[in-house]
Amino acid sequence: MTPHWKFWVIGGLVVAVLAAAIYFPILRRRVKRAARLQQQSEEQARRELAQPIAINPGDPRVKTKLFWASDTIDSTLVPVTVELPLSSDPVVRSKQVLNTLLAGPVDTELRTLPPDALLLAFYLLPDGTAIADFSEALATSVPSGIVSEQLAVNSIARTLEANVQQVQRLKILIHGQEMETLAGHLDLTGTFVVNTKPAQAPVKPASTPSSTDKPATLAAR
Amino acid sequence: MLLQVRNILRIKSLFLIGLPSGTLLAAVLASPPVTPSQAQQPATGTPTTASPAASSAQPGVASPFGAQTQQAGLSIVVLDPAHGGTDPGARGTGGIRESEIVLDFAIQVRRALELQGFQVVQTRQGNEDPSFDDRSATANAQRGAVFVTLHISSTGLPGTARVYVNSDLPPVSNSNGLIPWDRAQAPFLGLSKTFGDLVQGFLLQRFKGSPETTQTASVRQLRTTAAPAIAVEISSVTVENRADLDRMAPGVADAIARGVAAFKPSYVVASTPGAPR
Repeated sequence: MTPHWKFWVIGGLVVAVLAAAIYFPILRRRVKRAARLQQQSEEQARRELAQPIAINPGDPRVKTKLFWASDTIDSTLVPVTVELPLSSDPVVRSKQVLNTLLAGPVDTELRTLPPDALLLAFYLLPDGTAIADFSEALATSVPSGIVSEQLAVNSIARTLEANVQQVQRLKILIHGQEMETLAGHLDLTGTFVVNTKPAQAPVKPASTPSSTDKPATLAAR
Repeated sequence: MLLQVRNILRIKSLFLIGLPSGTLLAAVLASPPVTPSQAQQPATGTPTTASPAASSAQPGVASPFGAQTQQAGLSIVVLDPAHGGTDPGARGTGGIRESEIVLDFAIQVRRALELQGFQVVQTRQGNEDPSFDDRSATANAQRGAVFVTLHISSTGLPGTARVYVNSDLPPVSNSNGLIPWDRAQAPFLGLSKTFGDLVQGFLLQRFKGSPETTQTASVRQLRTTAAPAIAVEISSVTVENRADLDRMAPGVADAIARGVAAFKPSYVVASTPGAPR
């Protein structure tokens, strides 16, 4: 072995150490970033995937009743009428009105649903039972209490009642699961009556069923 | 699918009178108006449940509990301080916890009821958190009882109180004399409303701005309770000072006690299991 060979071995090792010294912090940053991404909850990942249903400007604009809290009478709902281009398909239409309801009124004090709650999925069974799947925020961020939880559910049900005739009953899921209660009080194991009248298809864009005919299970007085 | 989850699977039956069969048999035998044929009913030991009859009870229908009912009537109030344990319920900005306040309210309500001569059973005494079914079971094990669950809300006009009864439930078929646990409240809804309106009326006298009549809501705790049952919710944990809520306790206790006393004459324990209200 010649000294020349030793020189190259030591030189190679020094280069390797230097390369490791540079690469190691980069690798560490990448690992940290990956860990952060992993920490994102499943719900956040779904939120990224859950695209709000597009409103098609080509659809006929109809008067849409959205039920938010009253600013004059405590713990009651009042309909606010806005003109929206709504689809005639009951599922798409339901998603459109619920997303608008979730977006909230101009006066945020009159919200009935938490600002971070999302509609993850919406299904309509042939018997008129609608299944609305909301993100966990609906359960975790709604104020706990009979009156507040009922206001939240009623605003969803009565908005559907006023705008989507095909929906007769509503089942609320949280993140795909059936919950015993919304936030400790209101029973989510059953369905809520929405429309007592038989569905008429197709839905006329301008038709808005009377909201005075409130079923007892949903009456918000 | 998802809808088929618990509602179909959880059909349990109520066993409210299985245990004291010896006592009941003695009561039946000691009751002169009950005929031998009528007395055979309880001797079968068939699991059944308490049922309301109120003023609509059919005369002539034999009651295995006739003698006992006539003597006792409504005598027990099951008080349910909501939440507890790891579940604090509603929380206010000033550190107010619903689970703690309702327990303090329950002490005062209990005192007011005992002064009226009622026996009080609490679903929890300290910082425990029995399940909804366990709390209902406490009530369902009593005969001739009413159920009151106490809550403090997160919202609503501070200083007011609301009484809730359960929303309409699917009717109970009476073919086998059993009431499904999941809909135990169904035959009692009419009585619950009468009871609730009385308590709400007394609350309105004390707390202006409260509703005049009972509200309906799908309250989970009420659904599985086989007795006239109401939820009383006081507004709210948003008060700046806890003393504001504490000041309401005597008025709430008085209103509930007076409501129970006023309701007592209209509640007669039914003779036939699953009888309509």
